[in-house]
Order: sequence, then C-alpha cells, then structure tokens
Amino acid sequence: MPYSINVNGAVREVDVDADTPMLWVLRDVVGLTGTKYGCGVAMCGACTIHVDGKARRACFTPVSNVGSAQIRTIETLHETAVGQALQRAWRELDVVQCGYCQSGQLMSAAALLEANPRPSDDDIDMVMAGNICRCGTYGRIRAGIHLAARYLNESTTGSGQ
Amino acid sequence: MMCRSILVMIAALGTSVTLAADLRPVSTFKKISNRTERSAALFTEAARVLEHPRCLNCHPADRTPTQGDDLHPHNPPIRADEEGHGPPGLPCNTCHQVQNTPTNVTPIESIPGHAHWMLAPPSMSWQGLTTRQICEQVKDPARNGKRTLEKIHEHLALDTLVGWAWNPGAGRAAAPGTQKAFGELIAAWIATGAACPADRPADR
Repeated sequence: MPYSINVNGAVREVDVDADTPMLWVLRDVVGLTGTKYGCGVAMCGACTIHVDGKARRACFTPVSNVGSAQIRTIETLHETAVGQALQRAWRELDVVQCGYCQSGQLMSAAALLEANPRPSDDDIDMVMAGNICRCGTYGRIRAGIHLAARYLNESTTGSGQ
Repeated sequence: MMCRSILVMIAALGTSVTLAADLRPVSTFKKISNRTERSAALFTEAARVLEHPRCLNCHPADRTPTQGDDLHPHNPPIRADEEGHGPPGLPCNTCHQVQNTPTNVTPIESIPGHAHWMLAPPSMSWQGLTTRQICEQVKDPARNGKRTLEKIHEHLALDTLVGWAWNPGAGRAAAPGTQKAFGELIAAWIATGAACPADRPADR
C-alpha cells in the first residue's frame, strides 16, 4: 500500500504493508540505517525516533499510524539546537563505547531535553530507563545529558562561548 | 549479550493466561429480597471486572504500572505523573500505539494500545484495596473524578479505554463477561442504592 511520509523534512513515497514497522520503512525502504533494531518489542530503545517531536519506538510503530506527522531520525538530529548540544557533550565526555544503542540514546535524550530543559538525575533516570546500553555507559549518558542541558542553558542566557 | 539481556526481560513478562468467565446476569440477583444486600451483591459481581488484572495493572497502588496476571512491575520502569502519563520525554505512547499491536517476538504476543492509553489518577488506585474500599472509592466524587453515579455508569459501560479490558490483544486474558454485561451490573447496583459489600473476614 502506498504511503507518503515526512522524514527529516522531505516527503518520501513508500509502498509497504500497513503494519510494517517504521524501523524497517526507514532502514530498508528509505535507506536511513542510523536507527537500530534491538528487541522488536519497544523495550530497549535502540530504535527511538521522533514523531512530531516526541520519542517513539520505531520497531513497533506501524507506518499506518504515522500519517502526516513529522518524523526525525538520528541522521538529522544535529539540525536542532538540542541535537547540537548533545553531540558536543557526547564528544567531550566520550560517552560512546560500542555505539550500537547510541542513536536511540541520543534521540531519547533529545526528547527529554525538549520536554524538560533542566532535568535532575531522577528525571534522566526515569526517561532513559527505556534505553538499554549493554556496554554500561549509563553514567556517561547521564553526565552527557546534564552537560548538554548546561550548554543549552548557556546559549539561551547568552553566557555560552 | 544484548540479545540475552532482552530475552531475560521478555521471560520476566511471561503471564499465565486464563480464560475469561462470564458475569452473572442481573436477573439472577432478583432472588435476594433485601435491596441493600442485592445492591452489594451486584457490586461484588461487577468487582470481578474491577479486580481483574486487565484493570488493576493501570490502577496501581503507586504511580508505577504493573503488567501480567501476576501484577509484576512494568518493564521498562515507568513512573507516571499525576495526570497518568509517563515522565516528560517518555509519554505512554512512546511505546503504546493507538491499538493493540502484534509482535513477532515470542513470548510477547502483542503490546497493548489505545488512543487514550494512560494510568488511572492516584485517587483511583485499586491495588491493595478490598472490594468494599474500591466500592466506596468509586462512589466518592472526591476520588472518582467528580463523577455522579450516572457518570460512573457512563464511564464504566461506554468508555472505550475501559472496554479495552475485553479486547486486550493476543496473549492476555480478557476481563470476565462483556462490557455490556458489566454495565448492566453497574446500572442495577446504582438502581438498588449503590450499596457497598462488607469486608470479608479475610479482608479485615
């Protein structure tokens, strides 16, 4: 069945079954492979994308549920202020180990910061609990979110570099 | 390693699914001549739905939803806000779709969904309460969302999120009976004075 979906600012025409998860539409049809498969049941967070700015698990979101929503994937997260702050923090703290889960971690972290610009440790733990990292980089992820929040706050108040 | 971890999580979700039984029809309560006793008996029968895991899991004792027929904690861990949604950045619909969605991953046959998927507010927590306590809570406008008994009936008999309990998706046992039969029990309970049952000795 043909669908017109908005991915990273461009309309893409895809011809897939209605129950095809967005993960496979993005990876196999659109060719955006930054979004990863982990569990297939929305429990590990590796496949996190944004649908109208909100985090969604792509492995479990049927293409027929998306409609005309704006979809953002890891490939264009850097186009947002939050994405830039997270990239900078991630690099400075060397957050990544193997990296497989990190696109999902970053998309969840971005959704968190968009909704809560100054999250506490508890706020971060509650939201990021849905993203698993087998390398155990949780401590650095949390530190990276705090640092990104600081960069964002500095840029908002004009005290940044 | 990732796969093994995920399989452990999935195994923890395993549920013992049992077949839903029917609810007793309202007509079978007519033999109870005392109106108050009949009313309490009608609520006790309706409470088989209210106390079913499909309902209790989203009426938890705290702000953490539970899962399965054994009411184990929701995985991944979630703590809902006062309005019944996940924390900022992780709303329920991050994972829960607008309808039950089948999976291809054994043993989780489907992930539940509804357009208004959310947790009940704190004042409507049911886990750990006796049938009498749930009954009193359901009637109390201070705890039931300022609903009249008429509105309570409307909510329980017609709300499609309540109705999810009878359409819970593959791998989950439905609540007893039907929403229609449940609504009839609630209507008859209200019509007979909305009396609450006494605590059973085991409840005290």
